[in-house]
Amino acid sequence: MTLPGFMSGFDAVSAVLLIPLASVVVLALLPGYRVTALLNVLASLLTFLAAASLFVVRPETGPLLFVDDLNVVFIVLNTLVGFTTSLFSASYIGHELETGRLTPTYLRFYHAMYQAMMFGMNLALLANNIGLLWVAVELATLTTVMMVGLYRTPAALEAAWKYFILGSVGIALALFGTILVYVASQPVIGEGLDAMTWTILIERAAQFDPSLLNVAFVFLLLGYGTKVGLAPVHAWLPDAHAEGPTPISAVLSGLLLNVALYAVLRFKMLMTANEAALAPGPLMVTMGLSSLIFASFMLYRRRDIKRLFAYSSIEHMGIITFAFGMGGPLANFAGLLHMTMHSLTKSAIFFAVGNIAQAKGTQKIADIRGLTESHPVLGWGLVVGVVAIAGLPPLGIFMSEFLVVTSTFARQPLLALPLVLGLLVAFGALLWRINGLAFGTPHGHIEPVKASYLPMFAHLALVLGAGLYLPPALVSWFQHVAKLLG
Amino acid sequence: MINPLVYDVAHLLAGGMVLVSFMLLYQDRMHGLLNVFALHAVVLALSVAWEALVQHAPHLFITAAIALIVKAIIIPVALHRIVRRLDIHRSVETVVGIGPTMLAGMGLVALSTALMLRVTPGADALSRQDLAFALSVVLLGLLMMVSRRNAISQVVGLMSIENGLILAAAGAKGMPLVVEISVAFSVLVAFIVIGIFLFRIRERFDTVDVQALDRFRGENQ
Repeated sequence: MTLPGFMSGFDAVSAVLLIPLASVVVLALLPGYRVTALLNVLASLLTFLAAASLFVVRPETGPLLFVDDLNVVFIVLNTLVGFTTSLFSASYIGHELETGRLTPTYLRFYHAMYQAMMFGMNLALLANNIGLLWVAVELATLTTVMMVGLYRTPAALEAAWKYFILGSVGIALALFGTILVYVASQPVIGEGLDAMTWTILIERAAQFDPSLLNVAFVFLLLGYGTKVGLAPVHAWLPDAHAEGPTPISAVLSGLLLNVALYAVLRFKMLMTANEAALAPGPLMVTMGLSSLIFASFMLYRRRDIKRLFAYSSIEHMGIITFAFGMGGPLANFAGLLHMTMHSLTKSAIFFAVGNIAQAKGTQKIADIRGLTESHPVLGWGLVVGVVAIAGLPPLGIFMSEFLVVTSTFARQPLLALPLVLGLLVAFGALLWRINGLAFGTPHGHIEPVKASYLPMFAHLALVLGAGLYLPPALVSWFQHVAKLLG
Repeated sequence: MINPLVYDVAHLLAGGMVLVSFMLLYQDRMHGLLNVFALHAVVLALSVAWEALVQHAPHLFITAAIALIVKAIIIPVALHRIVRRLDIHRSVETVVGIGPTMLAGMGLVALSTALMLRVTPGADALSRQDLAFALSVVLLGLLMMVSRRNAISQVVGLMSIENGLILAAAGAKGMPLVVEISVAFSVLVAFIVIGIFLFRIRERFDTVDVQALDRFRGENQ
């Protein structure tokens, strides 16, 4: 294996990959949580800056790594949320050490794994080779499994095990799909690395055997769809979110699901490029819609606050998959916007939830009341977050949901009915829950919050800002990417 | 046109994997299951080595060697020891009876053969039959995972799925990154096995006994 393009000079792409990789080693070796937490923040910030520079300087396409207009959006979002989450984690994790839920050794492991996970996700987003994409998604899965099991309580181990087994099955199906794509491309492109290189695949996709592509896409959708958390292969998601450390829940919801969705989108583009192949849209619409409706009803019966928002993530990934499945410039635009807004909002909510769980010493919804009285800043932060995620104006998610609904009404009015039903059901559930959590008389164990509110409010400000005014540059960029997606 | 002997041996070995997958389905003793899994890996190693020979692809010998050393020797030996050390039930609990499972397995093999042969008329004859057999092995592995209760037999099911995937990847002529992918998969499996041992996952998820682990390590004092 040679790595031309990758090693030729130190460009931004290698920085996005090498900074996290080097940090894994450094953080695993260094003792002392204050230093490592700070270094974790620093490494995440540098990665974000390197990723942001990709907007300006676009490196050449290599056989293994590449940057185009689509993945740059994902990478910048990924590294941004990775950075803010590392900030949140730095203030969160000290408390976990005080309460004895984590020992210094585990904390060292945690920080190293955090960067390993960022490396895996960045590699998946930058990969120009569908085999490398698969390996990177597997790496990201493995690291998150270990983070989910970090507390080693029976429930955490059960969640990690479930995630491991279901994730591995998903990964296995995705690999079978990847092999089938190679078998389809090999007669056209010839043997070797080129037949797995995405930029070459998309150019020649029209000549591939359509029936082979069809079968491949079904495996890829089910396989990577497991990692997106689409119903009916979502079972790992709520447990993994509820039992791991809260910064990891934020990263899982905000980032890892997007990475898996990105893989699905790449293969969807391949399918669209081949006219004789099955249209990938209806499959994605069906899975997205069933996830939305299933999750929105499940929201009513949740007793654990992190599980509640995990189901809300399934619901939103359903909406995003639905939007991309509908396709067309408007729906794709809405999908991209919704994905960005959901990542920002959901991670902000998990930041709030992490602080709440530490302040109240519990994750049970029934034990949490009157947050706006006992912890006004935190309580109102959560209220804003939930109002945003429920899709109320003027926040950003309202706009993207509105666009999804209107584009569906314009093209498939019948599909809009279940879509609106799911949205309304979820809306009701979230408002009902936030009413109990945030208002009323506080009771139970109350502790002041020591963690920083900065990451949460930074995200909420971005979501509010996007709801009020979308910069024209961002709009035209998203419109351009929406066209690429077909 | 390829030499009929080349084709027949490849066919025999890949077909042998499907047969061993069926043998996995009806094992009701834990140690028997692990021995049959080792056999599965041996047949995979032979099959991949044959592909390496006929495709003139020396890197596939590495994949074959990994299959032989890691999956036919190290992992079964480690799992045998875990079963003894953790005192896991020696019998395999099944959700559905053996009979219906075997029937379902036959249905899955018929389905995958019908599907893969229909969609791959343009592909190379060797890749074509390898893909059909590989999909059968993958589906039989999935069937095993859903029809078994305890953690170890689920892991064996997962590893047999993985063997099927390696067979497919080796059969796809000239596929790059096969070695890398088989290494990545071995890492995954190693983590699962370590996970079972460290966390003493005996049966299913609901009986993970961590307190025992803490006492064992003296963390409870």
